[in-house]
Amino acid sequence: MNANNAAADAQIVVEGLVKRFGSFVAVDDVSFRIGRGEIVGFLGPNGAGKSTIIRILCGLLRPSAGRVLVGGIDVVSDPERVREHIGYMSQKFSLYRDLTVEENLRFFGGIYSVPRQQLAERMRFAIDMAGLGGREKALVATLAGGWQQRLALGCAVLHRPPILFLDEPTSGVEPTSRRRFWDLIHTLAADGVTVLVSTHYMDEAEYCHRAALINQGRIIAMGSPDQLKRTALGGELLLLKCETLGPTLAALQQAPGVVDASVFGNAIHVLVRDAARSLTELPAYLAEKSLRPSALERIHPSLEDIFVHLVAADMAKRRQAA
Amino acid sequence: MRLRRLNAIAVKEVLQIWRDPRSLMIALLLPFTQMFLFGYGVNLDLKHLPICTFDREGSQASQDLFKHFQASLYFAIAHNVKTYPEMVAAIDRGDCRAGIVVPPDFSERLNDAGTASVQAILDGTDDNTANIAFAYAAAVVSGYSNDIQLSWLDRQGRTLQQVTPLVVQSRVWFNEDLVSRNFIIPGLVAVIMAMVGAQLTSLTIAREWERGTMELLVSTPVTSSEVMFGKLIPYLILGWLDAAFCLTIAVLWFAVPFRGTLFALFLTTTLFLAVVLSMGYLFSVLIRSQVGASQIALVATLLPAMLLSGYIFPIDQMPPFIQDLTYLIYARYYVTIIKAIFLKGIGIGQLMMPILFLVIYALAVVGLAARAFRKRLT
Repeated sequence: MNANNAAADAQIVVEGLVKRFGSFVAVDDVSFRIGRGEIVGFLGPNGAGKSTIIRILCGLLRPSAGRVLVGGIDVVSDPERVREHIGYMSQKFSLYRDLTVEENLRFFGGIYSVPRQQLAERMRFAIDMAGLGGREKALVATLAGGWQQRLALGCAVLHRPPILFLDEPTSGVEPTSRRRFWDLIHTLAADGVTVLVSTHYMDEAEYCHRAALINQGRIIAMGSPDQLKRTALGGELLLLKCETLGPTLAALQQAPGVVDASVFGNAIHVLVRDAARSLTELPAYLAEKSLRPSALERIHPSLEDIFVHLVAADMAKRRQAA
Repeated sequence: MRLRRLNAIAVKEVLQIWRDPRSLMIALLLPFTQMFLFGYGVNLDLKHLPICTFDREGSQASQDLFKHFQASLYFAIAHNVKTYPEMVAAIDRGDCRAGIVVPPDFSERLNDAGTASVQAILDGTDDNTANIAFAYAAAVVSGYSNDIQLSWLDRQGRTLQQVTPLVVQSRVWFNEDLVSRNFIIPGLVAVIMAMVGAQLTSLTIAREWERGTMELLVSTPVTSSEVMFGKLIPYLILGWLDAAFCLTIAVLWFAVPFRGTLFALFLTTTLFLAVVLSMGYLFSVLIRSQVGASQIALVATLLPAMLLSGYIFPIDQMPPFIQDLTYLIYARYYVTIIKAIFLKGIGIGQLMMPILFLVIYALAVVGLAARAFRKRLT
């Protein structure tokens, strides 16, 4: 599934979305479209506005400006009808911990008016999906984190919603469980369910069809993981190690062919227009200034590298603007 | 309102009540302990009040008078003193609540003038007891005076009818024995129901907020009124059970006479429960914390129900301003109703006014609670 397809069969349409809390702008002019069966990940630091956008899409918050259509229905004018078409898993784990697995499922079956003759089958599906067979009578409070999350997903999809909102579903869950959770999401998407999921684990972007990087209420990059790796930085990345970080960084920022340089741990990430050329030219340039890097090599950035770069660049741009 | 969703909320609530020891304690243990605590603790009857006697004459007549005191249920002679200071000391120590002094010329005056006075000294620190004790003492003395009048008439060879044209007899209706328990216990049921009812529901919405399940609930198609009624129905059933429980204790254990109909009791109790349950629900919606809401509910229900409902303190003896205030206290109407049903045995027809007030109250609180909890966007 790619972005063009998505636009043609959009399940979620957001245009010019703004959310203000008093003078604080939590969501700042955000627009995007998500197509049927697509998995879109929202990534970004805490407080970036990921949850706020999802909560607006679920009809939990009223937008300050902009248009939001979910499943073709306007969320602001008809939130109750939207709620019949969505499944929502909130950031905080929010099943009834003092109820058993089965009781929780039955409760959501009732709340979503799942037809009685289908309920048993749907519950079976959710229990199998969450791998909770044999634990139907267990109190949710006694289940491990990963199981609780999968049960929450099971409850959210019990009524077969065509659109699913998952707000940090994997936070606090151990890696193997996270992996399994993503497999479930892919199974659902393959059946045509549209999934919008937020996470602060950058590596999880790789599991999404498209990822949107959100910082301070704005989408600063959006695309497939491959697209992002190829184009989001606007250049190629070199890693430079040296003893004298400060002077070297200052020199690099003036160097020809260098787009940007920033400290990354105990090394420097250098963004250049042409990696091959800079690999030969930069050592000589630095040598003129009596700077001797101990290593200089090309790196193929992970999505996490890219996001860290983009967020840092975005922050710098905002500081300049301010 | 869809029955399916209402049912889902109600079933969930029942399961949560069942698994929450705090709710169960409030629902089952609290009414039980309160019934016995207040049922026994609050007793306005004066019985065997300790008194001391100071017989300054030491005659047959004075001893006869004291025998009347001793024979009465209301007094018990604890001391016989020889001087005033001794009597004062006994009252000061609290050994005696009253002193009866017979003057040195008691029998002399009785024989000569046909009338004599007896002095009663009362401990005024508890004016309620003092008033009641004085009235009883007067009754004992007048009983004694009747006796000697009779024996005097006897000696004259005449009968009572000839000299006593008018006898005032007071007869108390509805609580013939004037047992304070009989009018306290039905009121107590009202106080307990007010407290327990609001306590139970004060937890229900706050619990959803505290545990983070509220946001999920709002994201589902369930409506506010389905949530409200779905949550109130289980507590109404619990409230009926509690009421039945308290009323059974009142009738079977405390032997309070029940003269009304169960139908009238059921109807008015349901109305009252509607008020208190939605009151607790309202606090829960507004305060969003279980501890906060239950404390507010306790203060807002228990104090007015205890002090201003007429449960113990008669409303018509309050200052006019406070009397007006009691019209705001919903417990007042139920206390009036339940006492009337218990002791007078009157039906719905004669209780129209307090019932009407309760209906208005119930509608207002349910309406407010429904308004306060809306699934609205912020």
